[in-house]
Amino acid sequence: MYTGCPGTGSAQAGRGASCQGCPNQRLCASGAGAAPDPAIEEIKEKMKNVKHKILVLSGKGGVGKSTFSAHLAHGLAEDENTQIAVLDIDICGPSIPKIMGLEGEQVHQSGSGWSPVYVDDNLGVMSVGFLLSSPDDAVIWRGPKKNGMIKQFLRDVDWGEIDYLIVDTPPGTSDEHLSVVQYLSAAHIDGAVIVTTPQEVSLQDVRKEISFCRKVKLPIIGVVENMSGFICPKCEKESQIFPPTTGGAELMCQALKIPLLGRVPLDPQIGKSCDKGQSFMTEAPNSPATLAYRSIIQRIQVFCSPHPSHQEELVGS
Amino acid sequence: MEAAAEPGNLAGVRHIVLVLSGKGGVGKSTVSTELALALRHTGQKVGILDVDLCGPSVPRMLGMQGCAVHQCDSGWVPVFVDQEQTLALMSVGFLLETPDEAVVWRGPKKNALIKQFVSDVAWGELDFLVVDTPPGTSDEHLSTVEALRPYGPLGAVLVTTPQAVSVGDVRRELTFCRKTGLQVIGVVENMSGFVCPHCEECTNIFSTGGGEELARHAGVPFLGSVPLDPQLARSLEGGRDFMQEFPKSPAFPALTSIAHQILDQARSRDPTEAGRPASQV
Repeated sequence: MYTGCPGTGSAQAGRGASCQGCPNQRLCASGAGAAPDPAIEEIKEKMKNVKHKILVLSGKGGVGKSTFSAHLAHGLAEDENTQIAVLDIDICGPSIPKIMGLEGEQVHQSGSGWSPVYVDDNLGVMSVGFLLSSPDDAVIWRGPKKNGMIKQFLRDVDWGEIDYLIVDTPPGTSDEHLSVVQYLSAAHIDGAVIVTTPQEVSLQDVRKEISFCRKVKLPIIGVVENMSGFICPKCEKESQIFPPTTGGAELMCQALKIPLLGRVPLDPQIGKSCDKGQSFMTEAPNSPATLAYRSIIQRIQVFCSPHPSHQEELVGS
Repeated sequence: MEAAAEPGNLAGVRHIVLVLSGKGGVGKSTVSTELALALRHTGQKVGILDVDLCGPSVPRMLGMQGCAVHQCDSGWVPVFVDQEQTLALMSVGFLLETPDEAVVWRGPKKNALIKQFVSDVAWGELDFLVVDTPPGTSDEHLSTVEALRPYGPLGAVLVTTPQAVSVGDVRRELTFCRKTGLQVIGVVENMSGFVCPHCEECTNIFSTGGGEELARHAGVPFLGSVPLDPQLARSLEGGRDFMQEFPKSPAFPALTSIAHQILDQARSRDPTEAGRPASQV
């Protein structure tokens, strides 16, 4: 019934059968959509100082995108010589400030743009949460306003020299996702890490996210299965709270031929660390979940480095 | 509003309940589905409208994935879950050619489809229409609330998990309700505590008490806590009727009580419904 949008840049824009009834039909037909946004070039310039760009995505909400983004950042930032930036583009539900212990912080304006809020010298964060005056403030915005905010975040934040930019996204495959991919189109995104939980209700949305990545030609670094089994703190036996009734992420990755980066078990301490704004990896350095995070982070580093052997030297030095 | 003039396809719907949460994955679709099933168990005729366009979950939770929607004179015929047609469902999931297809739409297109969902689905006579929403406070929510306003929705049920990160997002959703003039029926705390099936030890995986505290803080009713029960997750995965299969689960009384509180609210509002169609049943 819905054959899909031909795309604003297409010759069919505003003229296709599926354009009938679309509120943007006239705008598209006029050809205004085909002209590239000048911001794309500006963002490309800005992103010259950013070596690697990683998107954290999931079709499903509440699977742990922000938790994973925060821990990926903490893990990478353990090397003091690596500069990390986290950009939270979940405009309506920014969780990063809380998870990274920055709630109530405000962004400062400087001559070269907005200054990020720093967790550590080498870990900067930007989120719409820093622009709100109270925790009850709701950002009730439709798409175009959200897109404008994302454009500003990419173009006007004074990140400085960055090794890894981690972009945390809201659930879904809509405005925020299209915009970030579009705005970074000239700047090269290394790829996307896709987060899921083991049950089919989540996987079915994640498959859609994978279709999205393929549609917009975004490389997939791999899939992280989060909340994968719960170990009872009393009897130490494992239970599947979100049962992988269809084989979990592993089977999905096999079927879609994408790497499974690892599984992070459900540890109640992770949620508590997030509520306190601390890194679970430093609070529980030997837990199975920390080990899982570390192994996943390493695989992401390997993916991003063009010469894996070279990378080992750098790590060793 | 102009829509109030035409009777429309929602004319036979007595009460509209929106299920909202600022946070994703807290159980909006689970609560919508179980609430609909629980209301049906009390003899109500129920419809579910799934406006989560990018991640529709309700079709699978009711075992209806792969069904198609048909056209009739008065619009789209919803998918009926049972032969007696006491539970109807409409979702974008029924309009996709393949289940993995991504709906990569920006706001205006999503808004257009939501308007169609509100005006063009031939629900017939319903006691309750439960509207399941995506996370956030953006296009889908604004469009849904605007399109439903002429029909005077009963209000919104806000779903949260107990931890602070989730409660924070739901506080913003409360602000959304206030700003859009949507009444808050109450807060449901989901995934409240997990009872280990091996040793019966209860662990608060996602902390505890956040939902109740939020309700108190905001001065809205607290409808109850639904414990984390893998049986519930499993039954939703298989698209089965949890309310029928697991009456002994600790989640059962919680869900039943939430449904009853909503029924009570609906009843208390009934006398003021002079302009509404006389009660069927």
